[in-house]
Amino acid sequence: MNKIVEKEYLSDKVVKLVIHAPLIAQKRKAGHFVIVKIGEKGERIPLTISSADTEKGTITLIIQKVGVTSHKVANLEVGDIISDISGPLGQPTAIKKVGTVLCAGGGVGIAPLNPIVEAMKKAGNKVITVLAARSKDLIILEDSIRKYSDEVIIMTDDGSYGKKGLVTEGMEEIINREKIDLAITIGPAIMMKYTSLLTKKYNIHTLASLNSIMVDGTGMCGACRVTVGGETRFVCVDGPEFDAHEVDFDELLLRLKAYNPATEKNTKNN
Amino acid sequence: MSDLMSNNIKQDREEEWRIDLRKSIKAKDRTALERIRMPEVEPNIRVKSHIEVNMGLSPEQAIAEAGRCLDCVNPTCMEGCPVGVNIPKFIKYIEAGLLAEAANTLNQTNMLPAVCGRVCPQEIQCEANCFYTLKLHKPAVGIGNLERYVADWCLNNQENIAENKIVTGPKVAVIGGGPAGLTAAGDLARLNYQVTIFEALHDFGGVLKYGIPEFRLPNNIVNFEIEKLKKEGVKFVKNFVVGKTATLEDLREEGFQAFFIGSGAGLPRFMNIPGENYNGILSSNEYLTRVNLMNASNPEFDTPVDMGKNVAVIGGGNTAMDSVRTAKRLGAERAIIIYRRSIDEMPARKEEIHHAIEEGIEFITLTNPIEYFADSHGNVNKVRVQKMELGEPDSSGRRKPVPINGSEYDIAIDQVIVSVGVSPNPIVPKSIQNLAISKWQTIEVNPETMQSNIEGVFAGGDIVRGGATVILAMGDGRKAAAGIHQYLQDRAN
Ligand SMILES: Cc1cc2nc3c(=O)[nH]c(=O)nc-3n(C[C@H](O)[C@H](O)[C@H](O)COP(=O)(O)OP(=O)(O)OC[C@H]3O[C@@H](n4cnc5c(N)ncnc54)[C@H](O)[C@@H]3O)c2cc1C
Ligand code: SF4
Ligand code: FES
Repeated sequence: MNKIVEKEYLSDKVVKLVIHAPLIAQKRKAGHFVIVKIGEKGERIPLTISSADTEKGTITLIIQKVGVTSHKVANLEVGDIISDISGPLGQPTAIKKVGTVLCAGGGVGIAPLNPIVEAMKKAGNKVITVLAARSKDLIILEDSIRKYSDEVIIMTDDGSYGKKGLVTEGMEEIINREKIDLAITIGPAIMMKYTSLLTKKYNIHTLASLNSIMVDGTGMCGACRVTVGGETRFVCVDGPEFDAHEVDFDELLLRLKAYNPATEKNTKNN
Repeated sequence: MSDLMSNNIKQDREEEWRIDLRKSIKAKDRTALERIRMPEVEPNIRVKSHIEVNMGLSPEQAIAEAGRCLDCVNPTCMEGCPVGVNIPKFIKYIEAGLLAEAANTLNQTNMLPAVCGRVCPQEIQCEANCFYTLKLHKPAVGIGNLERYVADWCLNNQENIAENKIVTGPKVAVIGGGPAGLTAAGDLARLNYQVTIFEALHDFGGVLKYGIPEFRLPNNIVNFEIEKLKKEGVKFVKNFVVGKTATLEDLREEGFQAFFIGSGAGLPRFMNIPGENYNGILSSNEYLTRVNLMNASNPEFDTPVDMGKNVAVIGGGNTAMDSVRTAKRLGAERAIIIYRRSIDEMPARKEEIHHAIEEGIEFITLTNPIEYFADSHGNVNKVRVQKMELGEPDSSGRRKPVPINGSEYDIAIDQVIVSVGVSPNPIVPKSIQNLAISKWQTIEVNPETMQSNIEGVFAGGDIVRGGATVILAMGDGRKAAAGIHQYLQDRAN
């Protein structure tokens, strides 16, 4: 169990790992995540399950190297065993036929978006996806996203791929063109804040998948708490998806920095 | 206590060695002895590390303390023990120098004596009912200290560790590796059931590991008890969140015939006051988990923890005491308890409050936080508190704190640990259809058998009681094991 069977670099800093975890593969649905810990001295970090293969009993995780643990995970090789993986955790995405779904994925947020795009398409929706990143090499999983999207728009900050501009510009273009029944936004908190402001302007129901700091991932510690609709909610058990228009993104942005500058070891993953 | 049990206790007492031992010292001379004080590491030394505060009795001290026990005809102390340890018997074995026998006596009723000897609130249980307390109005026999002495002796002499046992009976699943689950598993394994403990975290022990700090209950003690259970044939599966990784139904299909849910009360409560989500404000569960389970204060480990200089801990229970004393050990200059009632109403054990005072913890009582403030980075820097006075007794029988208008003032702090209670973790209960749950989200059970309204599904510990104690969780685990045994036997016939 927990053996790495495949490893692929999607970009310089983004690694895809396929891991043998049959129980989790069996149960996982789009939107679920796992908590991963590497070795006795490791910390527990959440990683979204990007896809799963029930026959082979594998799950796919996509990791961007940012903090101590994501580096540790990304540096593992085929054949290595991940000491601790638990899940699938969180609430799955409510997959329904609603009509036209606009999906927005920013940077490494494209990885968790991937299974949702697939599930939304399979449920009979028209799916339009906007992928955004700083530059071309950070646009990941494009083939897989294209496979399940009716249309894909790519936006890069530097114009090295697709159109030059922000994710919101790509989205607004679509919104002005056709009726959108549901929007889903996953990416850095700052991106979700602005995409959410945009869809609010157009009154489009929007889900955001939040990336708060976690410890246990089972509702036991409250590290992951966020304010949604004026109430404190735990991302790991009540989320990770919430009504984006109700989320206090400014608070989330501050909370994500909780452990940043304190000491060297405190560079967090998310 | 059943008649059968009390008969056994009487018979035991009439054994020759005990009669002789009783006669060897006059009762008057026994009662003239002073209670032996538990040796402790000096406060100014212990706050600089995570070393265990209580050092344990020496053999001479233990025998002397055991000599105080009168071996009463009617041992009232036992009525105060939730699992009915044969207290005079194990104590008299100590006096006789027969430690292996003392250990056996303890092990018959108490699966985790090294744990209980350290964390049980003896002062309101056995020791509160000791003849010395009730009739002589003198300090009780040090039952807890003696229990710990015997358990530690076992640990160091590992003699009565059985060989790896093979169990062959029906499969039983235990959900949660805290004291309730460990006890149920141990009892069931001794009845030859194939028991598997499924634990959500990456380590076993529940609150004993992630909550109660090293300076009160070293992890190696808990590990020792877990190793013992492994030898008894119990299987341990980590990183397995029942209700997520698999449901009870899935486990039924895997051949598990009965279930014990001991998933604890792991959901931290907050006060829902303004500013509570600022950085630097965390639940005691998060704080203690980072430090105890994840080893965050050790630079070799990856998990971070803030080490506040001025730390306020909100609450007056064991969890609050553990948090504030941990903060002191992580270098806090001011470590403050803020509690809305007075020190007399604090639910924490007396010993812990006493140790905290010795360690320089400040107590701001009859005071409640009402709002937090933060700097421009969202880091908490101030708490506004309000003074309280005690009014009429409330439903818990304690006098209800009432705010005093206009008494607000601010305290500068850089970390807050909220320790105002826990609720049951809903993951397991929610995953079982039609399970009867109370309005406090606890699982409802038949108090005799610990069976829930669903056949073959039993529960105990904090998931049934809300936040309670280690020994009550263990008592539940024991009762449930008996209930499961009965249930499976009835089914087989
Ligand atoms: C800091 C602190 C100090 C305390 N001090 C004392 C003290 O001095 N004396 C005393 O008597 N009591 C004390 N208590 C209370 C005592 O620890 C608890 O009452 C006792 O641990 C409850 O035991 P339990 O087995 O019911 O639950 P827990 O110890 O909470 O164990 C439950 C276990 O179940 C696991 N679990 C939860 N959900 C799932 C799931 N879905 N699947 C699998 N596993 C799951 C959890 O991870 C956990 O390991 C203290 C509590 C705390 C928090
Ligand atoms: S009541 Fe006290 S003195 Fe009597 S048997 Fe129990 S511990 Fe000993
Ligand atoms: S991560 Fe601990 S409660 Fe959500």
